[in-house]
Amino acid sequence: MEGAELIVSSSPHQRTAVSTPVIMSDVVLALMPAALAGVWFFGLRALAMMVLCVAAAVSTEAGLQRLMKRPVTVGDYSAVVAGLLLALVLPPDLPLWMGIIGAVFSMAVAKFIFGGLGQNIFNPALIGRAVLLASWPVFMTRWRWPIFSAPWIPDFDAVSSATPLALLKLGGIRTPYLNLFLGNVAGSIGETSTLAILVGAAYLLYRGHISLRIPVSFIGTVALLTALLGQDPLFHVLAGGLMLGAFFMATDYVTSPVTPKGQIIFGIGCGVLTVFIRLYGGYPEGVCYAILVMNAATALIDRFTMPRKFGEVRKVA
Amino acid sequence: MVARSFRGGVHAHYNKEATAAKPIRRMPPPKRVVIPLHQHTGAPCDPLVKVGDEVKVGQKIGDSSAKLTAPVHASVSGKVVEISTRPQSGGRDVLSVVIESDGQEVLDEHIESRKDVDALGPDDLKAIIREAGIVGLGGAAFPSYFKLTPPPGKRFDTVILNGAECEPYLSADHRLMVERPDDVIAGAKLLLKAAGVDRAYIGIEENKPDAIAAIAKAAQGDNRLAVVPLKVKYPQGAEKQLIWAILGREVPSGGLPVDVGVVVNNVGTAAAVKEAVYSGMPLVERVVTVAGSCVARPQNLLVKIGTLVTDLIEACGGYSAPPAKVIIGGPMMGVAQFTTDVPVTKGTSGVLLLSKEEAVFGDPLPCVRCGKCVESCSMRLMPLWIASYAEAGRFDDAERMSALDCIECGCCAFICPSRRRLVQAIRLAKSEVMAKRRRVQAK
Repeated sequence: MEGAELIVSSSPHQRTAVSTPVIMSDVVLALMPAALAGVWFFGLRALAMMVLCVAAAVSTEAGLQRLMKRPVTVGDYSAVVAGLLLALVLPPDLPLWMGIIGAVFSMAVAKFIFGGLGQNIFNPALIGRAVLLASWPVFMTRWRWPIFSAPWIPDFDAVSSATPLALLKLGGIRTPYLNLFLGNVAGSIGETSTLAILVGAAYLLYRGHISLRIPVSFIGTVALLTALLGQDPLFHVLAGGLMLGAFFMATDYVTSPVTPKGQIIFGIGCGVLTVFIRLYGGYPEGVCYAILVMNAATALIDRFTMPRKFGEVRKVA
Repeated sequence: MVARSFRGGVHAHYNKEATAAKPIRRMPPPKRVVIPLHQHTGAPCDPLVKVGDEVKVGQKIGDSSAKLTAPVHASVSGKVVEISTRPQSGGRDVLSVVIESDGQEVLDEHIESRKDVDALGPDDLKAIIREAGIVGLGGAAFPSYFKLTPPPGKRFDTVILNGAECEPYLSADHRLMVERPDDVIAGAKLLLKAAGVDRAYIGIEENKPDAIAAIAKAAQGDNRLAVVPLKVKYPQGAEKQLIWAILGREVPSGGLPVDVGVVVNNVGTAAAVKEAVYSGMPLVERVVTVAGSCVARPQNLLVKIGTLVTDLIEACGGYSAPPAKVIIGGPMMGVAQFTTDVPVTKGTSGVLLLSKEEAVFGDPLPCVRCGKCVESCSMRLMPLWIASYAEAGRFDDAERMSALDCIECGCCAFICPSRRRLVQAIRLAKSEVMAKRRRVQAK
């Protein structure tokens, strides 16, 4: 064509509309039910925690990138996701400034130092949580009963500030399934409501952003192993951070395997470690550390689970 | 019947609506055609005419004594005005014969219809197919007679006709199957005979129910032929994936379809074979899809080989908007052009005029290791790793990761949410690995 500049590039000349920023913003959207449940159960303080963690994560990433004279990439929403996820796994009464420190640490140390988006070995939000737990263990294990919910435990005052897993581990008290499913129990801001988490997860699955491989192998392993060890599998599936961890933390692209087979192994590993920490470890909950340990194994898992390539068969003579 | 498929692949926007329902229209012969002497895999042809010669439709104007080649023929009658090196859609400059049409469409005297088709043996058929210059019309342009001859020690047991047409936008094969099913089936029977086998499958994607019905009807009464509906998924029409879907046979790494007893031909190739055998007409025209948001009247045209893309676009009402890219072939594997002064060749299945919105994408973001490229890879490779090695210049590692098994379908780059140029990097690795092998061999 006369006078027009034609662009020449190597094929393909068509791309999916699903870009990384689209996926990340969809994850934020999918976390909204859990976030709203957190605000419903734990009040506006939970909202303040989320806003501050997101703001801290985004400004840390932008600030460091500006400082290092690199392109500012907060438009990909990955910092928003990390900040929000961190807030959702913090206790509702944690001092807000601690949350900010966690967010700054997760972006600066767990993500930026490793090379930014796509390069980090460990899930930044979980690193943030682990650092806070190590630094302020008292504040990080101080729980609160949700507002608007009637106490159901006889000697309520004594145990009002324990999570269902702690109640079981320390006092042998079982929380009803319905409370666990709806979320009116003590726990981290966004982890208590199985219902809200599943609604968000369903959206991610519908959009094709995550597959069932990691969540199902993770949750399935927890159910199977607890049943084998004489525990109540349904309780262990519904309690604690398993749902949030299995659908939103363990499925983090960057820190989980890329091969389908590897993702299943990763999920099983997360499940085994979670159960062992819950039943035999010092903490009542083990999801966070289970995922972090498996993050460390991701590269190795990928290497040993490469798919058998098409045509890799004995030559037909 | 349950539609068959393969593992991996992507669901692209097919964008076939603009052309799939429109009957094929014959484009009036252009005033001049540019016929490259190298339109196929194999050795280029030497010109058999010189400037000033009068030529007729179907007259052979180029051939070679090489084992792997395909002769070329005049697609119009008129006068040879130039023999020179000109740009071709593959990106290389190729010696080409320029013919100015006299508008008379006079047929070469050698061309006459055959009465004794049934008496022809496999070798006769292959000789006719070679002389007619028939190559794979799906885009690869591999000489058909050569494909139909198994190497020593190997034999065929199945012919597969490829009617998948999995590339977005393209509907040339679809229309051909709907409008000329009898030609396709007659060609299939000739291919059976030429390959010496008695089983043929015609694989067609499910989104072309009219084509499936038409071909099934034409194939009725011959129990050697079976139509196989295929799932709508790209790259369903890739040779190895097609064989897997239909027969469950895996072409070994580094091997060819003949290694599993199969020869795959495009449905358009089958129709061309029928034409060559029954009416004696060599391959001088083909159906081309002209589509994309920047063409005024998208459609399928029956086009003389050698027609300049500029003239082809003119025949479709010109541009409706300035295109950002002009692509020969489909959007997944086609070649972007820097000029429209390239001719339609035997392998040209489509001409796409794509807007910036359709075909231009932002800069790549970092890989987030989502694994979508791994899941979509139709060869089950690790595109993200091969591409990383290639980008780092570590071509030996790329080779170790089976870069050479890549069929360059482009699924990885299509699906990558970070818009990484995965298949492009793998292509680089492949050419570097091959160059190194040649260097080693030369020593």
